[in-house]
Parts: sequence; structure tokens; C-alpha cells
Amino acid sequence: MHTEKSQGRFASALSDVFLILYFIFALFPLVWMILVSLKSGPELFTTQFIFTPTIENYQAILFGDPRAAAGVVARQEFPRNFMNSLIASSGAVLISLIVGVPAAYALARYKFRGKEDLAFTFLSFRFAPELVVIIPLSVIYRQLGLYDTYFGIMWVYQLVTLPLLIWVLRSYFEDISPDIEHAAMIDGYSWWHVFFKILMPLVRPGLAAAALLAFIFAWNNFMFPLVLGGSNVQTVTVASLGYISSAQGFFNRMAAASVLASLPQIILALSIQRYLIRGLSFGAVKG
Amino acid sequence: MSKQAVAASPQVQEAEMRLPWLVRARPYLIILPALLLLIGILYPFVMGVYYSFTAFNFKVPNSQFEFVGLRNYVRMFTDEDFLYATYITLAYAIISTGVELILGLVVAMLLNRDSRVAKILTPTLIFPMIIAPVIGTLVWKMMMQPSVGILNPILNFFGLPSLQWAAVPETALFSVVLVDIWMFTPFAAMMILAGLRSFPNAPFEAARVDGASFWFTFRNLTLPMLTPFIIIIIVFRFMDSLKMFDIIFAMTEGGPGNTLMTYQLTAYRTSIQFQRMAAGLPYAILLYVIIYIVSMYLIKAWGRAQRRAAGY
Repeated sequence: MHTEKSQGRFASALSDVFLILYFIFALFPLVWMILVSLKSGPELFTTQFIFTPTIENYQAILFGDPRAAAGVVARQEFPRNFMNSLIASSGAVLISLIVGVPAAYALARYKFRGKEDLAFTFLSFRFAPELVVIIPLSVIYRQLGLYDTYFGIMWVYQLVTLPLLIWVLRSYFEDISPDIEHAAMIDGYSWWHVFFKILMPLVRPGLAAAALLAFIFAWNNFMFPLVLGGSNVQTVTVASLGYISSAQGFFNRMAAASVLASLPQIILALSIQRYLIRGLSFGAVKG
Repeated sequence: MSKQAVAASPQVQEAEMRLPWLVRARPYLIILPALLLLIGILYPFVMGVYYSFTAFNFKVPNSQFEFVGLRNYVRMFTDEDFLYATYITLAYAIISTGVELILGLVVAMLLNRDSRVAKILTPTLIFPMIIAPVIGTLVWKMMMQPSVGILNPILNFFGLPSLQWAAVPETALFSVVLVDIWMFTPFAAMMILAGLRSFPNAPFEAARVDGASFWFTFRNLTLPMLTPFIIIIIVFRFMDSLKMFDIIFAMTEGGPGNTLMTYQLTAYRTSIQFQRMAAGLPYAILLYVIIYIVSMYLIKAWGRAQRRAAGY
């Protein structure tokens, strides 16, 4: 699939032009978000690209707005929302790792009854419409006192994080020849030793990437904390809706909050680039 | 999903036959924590199906024990907005998946060239789909906004009239589908690109030496070999857009009026916002059944396509 000489430089240039047009469409909203986050109040309404940038929106979001008049919502909750997202997403990934790593190993290595059905049940979490589970959970959580708690959110995030970890890790375990384990067992090493000292180091890069991707998806989730969380565990995704409806003049604050809430994912995604394809396709495409 | 690597080597299995029960029970023991968690997810699902046959309403005490048979389902199917909800759910899913697939294919083929522009741009492909869908949508909502928005000034610059975007029924579907396409075309492009890069060179070299046209190579080599990747894209994008909630909710909450009331939005509004728990559940369950049937069919098709692609 290489460019053929007969296609000529004209076709090649045309292709580049189309690519650049597509990437303007793809990246412009993000560039605009950053630009707006750097605008002061009056400049917001000029739709100009050249202006004096200011960091006052970021200051207002992180440390409170000293000039906020009474009745105007100052965005001091942002650090708390950010922490809530961080706690809920990390906790969810931790639970998924503890539960999912052994499960992925069992699904990759052993033959047992109902194995494929079980694997597909985990996968179905990812594809089923969440409301089938979330609506009844909103009742059950109130009965159990889990409504608006970190644990409640972490538990329901398993719908997002667990199928991803199990399926991606399963594909990494399947890539390792069972003969390695077999040889180590013959040499007299215990099963635990083989698992932790030989297998885990082999899958560690894939494991780390899958865990980070699961973290991103948990962080990005909106519906679960919207329905099952209140003010105690409000995440940045749920809080962001309030930014836009609260006041017309606060678009720049909202943009600054959006930039801060998106930075973790962009940095994490760039750091696991090599593993993204397999992670995003749940192990189906080994990019 | 891949079958070729599943089977353990025969020696390992043979050795395990003679081992004590604790070792033979090991697969079940190590999967046990996941099974317990599974129950915690399946229990609410079962309760949801049960509630859908009751008169459960948050505002009426003990209504979850009042069994009403199929009443909620009959009401859903005979609701005057049901056909429209079906139409808008399918229209959103089919249009966005279709455009993302075609645009993703074009972008991936253009990225898979010896071009400096392509090399520089490829790493940024992930950005729109890795930020939270709600936040991405809010940025678009800002851009569509009449006073501070940038999209109308851009349209005017090219001599086009301003649009009211998601605020009016005529362009509401277009606006949310546009955001979906912006967000998830990169997913399609990344999968196709991974596919193109995994292809062996030989068949394409042979076609080139034989002087095959671009279209001939594309239709007889590229497309058949891409089929498994295309099906993966359809599995993910079609299923996800059938149940899309974040983009529509962040943009208009289903409005204006009922313009964007898909099954998901109807279920949310009825069960959570109006607290008529049992009345909204049939929409979510119907969507579940549709997604289950379509995904089973697609996963079978994926298996067939993979075997065919492996045997060329």
C-alpha cells in the first residue's frame, strides 16, 4: 500500500490537503476550547483569534473568584470534582485489577465448562444499555445506603472497567506460550511463583496500558455518577453540565475547566499510544 | 475473541488430569472474585426486568409489589411517540456509524502513505475520542452558541447563512450526529489504519506489477482483507450509538420538544426524571434485546470474516 509513482505528486498533494482539512475539523474544537479558556470576560464576545491571553479563568476555577458578585456561581467546586473523579476512577480500576487479572488468566489458559459464555457475559457489560442496570440500581443503592458514595460509584464503574481489563488482558495472556509456564513448573517452581515472577512481568506493559485506558473510560463516564451520585461524589463530567447552564458569561471558565478535565486523558493516551488499538478494540485488533 | 491461542498445550492438560482436586479446581477458584462481582451486576439487571412488570413508581410506596403483567410494554408499544423514538434511535445510529466508517476509511488510507503531513498528524488522531464525551459536546455547544459561538461566523465568512443548530428541530439531529462523527471517526480511522498496516506486502506488489488499477486493488484486495476490521468498527460504533446518551443529553437533554428522544433518553426521562421507574424500563429492555440480537449476528459475521481473511 505505498504511493505509486504513477499517481504523481498532484494526487499526493491533494491527499495531504484533504488530510489537513479533516484534521482542522478534528482539532479545531480543542484549539478553540484552549483559546476561550485564555480569554477574559469582555474578549469572550469578540470571536477574535488575536487577544491578550490571561490565566484568570484557571485561577478562578482552582482558587475561587475574588471578584465574583453575590449570586454569581464561583467555580470553587472544581478541585473537589476533580478529586472525586480521581478517587472514583482509580478505585474502580483497582477493583477491576484485583478481580480481573486472575479472571483474564483463567479465561486465557484453562478449559472449563461455560468459559466462552462467561467471557461474553463480561463483554456484554460493555455493550448493554447501561440504564437496564442503572435504573434498578438507583433503588437498590438507596436501600443499601450506597447512593452518593465513592464505593457505589466504583462498583458500578465495573461495567466499564472490568470487561475492558478482562478482554484485553486475556488477549495478552493468550500471546504467551503455555510452554513457558510448563517449563517453569517442571523446574519445580510453584504456580504462584510462575504467575507472579514469570507471567506478570511479561504482560506488565499491556496490563499498565489496559489499566490506564480503563481509568480514562471511567473518568469520562457521565451517566453513572449522574444517576447514582449526588453532591458528595459529583465528578467533573457531571459538574461540567452545571458550568454551561449557570451563567452565559462564564463560557471562559467552563472552557478552562474543560481543559483541566481533559488534560489527564490526553497525557495518558499519548503515553500508551503503542497499546491503544488493542485496548480500544478489547483485544480484537492486535495493532 | 481469537480462538487460535485458547487451547493450552496437551502436555499441560494431561499433567493436570492427575493432579489433586485443589489444582483442578484452580480455574474456578481464580475466577471466583469476578463471579461474585458478576452477581452484583446481574442482580440489578434481573430486578430491572422484574420491576418492568410492576407498577413501580418512586412516589407511590410499595408500588414495586404491584404486579401489572405486560401493561408497561403495551403502553410503550402503543405510545404515540414510540414510532418516532424508534426512528430517531435508528437514524442517529445508522447515520453516525455509516459516516464514521466511510470517513474513517478515507482518512486511514490517506494516513497510510509516505507523507510527512500524515506522520505528523497521526498521533493527534486519538484526541477527540479520548476526552469525555460530555465535555467534547459542551465545547461544540459553545461553538454553536449564538453570542460567543464561532461556527456561525465561520459559515458567514464562506457566504453561508447562520444556523440555529441544536436549538431548532430541523437541525437538531444534524448537530448531535456531527458531534458523534467528530468524536468517533478517529476510532474507525485507527482500526482501519491498524488493519492496513498489518497487511502483507506481496499481494499488493503483485497487483502493482500486473498494472491493476487503484479501484481494482481496493475492491479485490483491500476491502476483503479489511472486512474483519470494518465489522469491529460496526460492532463498537453501532452498539454505542444505538444507546448514545452523553452527547444528546449534554446538547439538548432530548429536545427541542421530543426531537431527540431516543430509547435511552426516553427511559432516563421517564424512570429517573419523572420517577416513573417501571414505565421507563421497557425502553431500556427493548434496546437491550435489539443490541443483543444485532451483536450476536455481528460477532458471528466477524468470526466468518476473520477465517476468510486468514485463508486468502
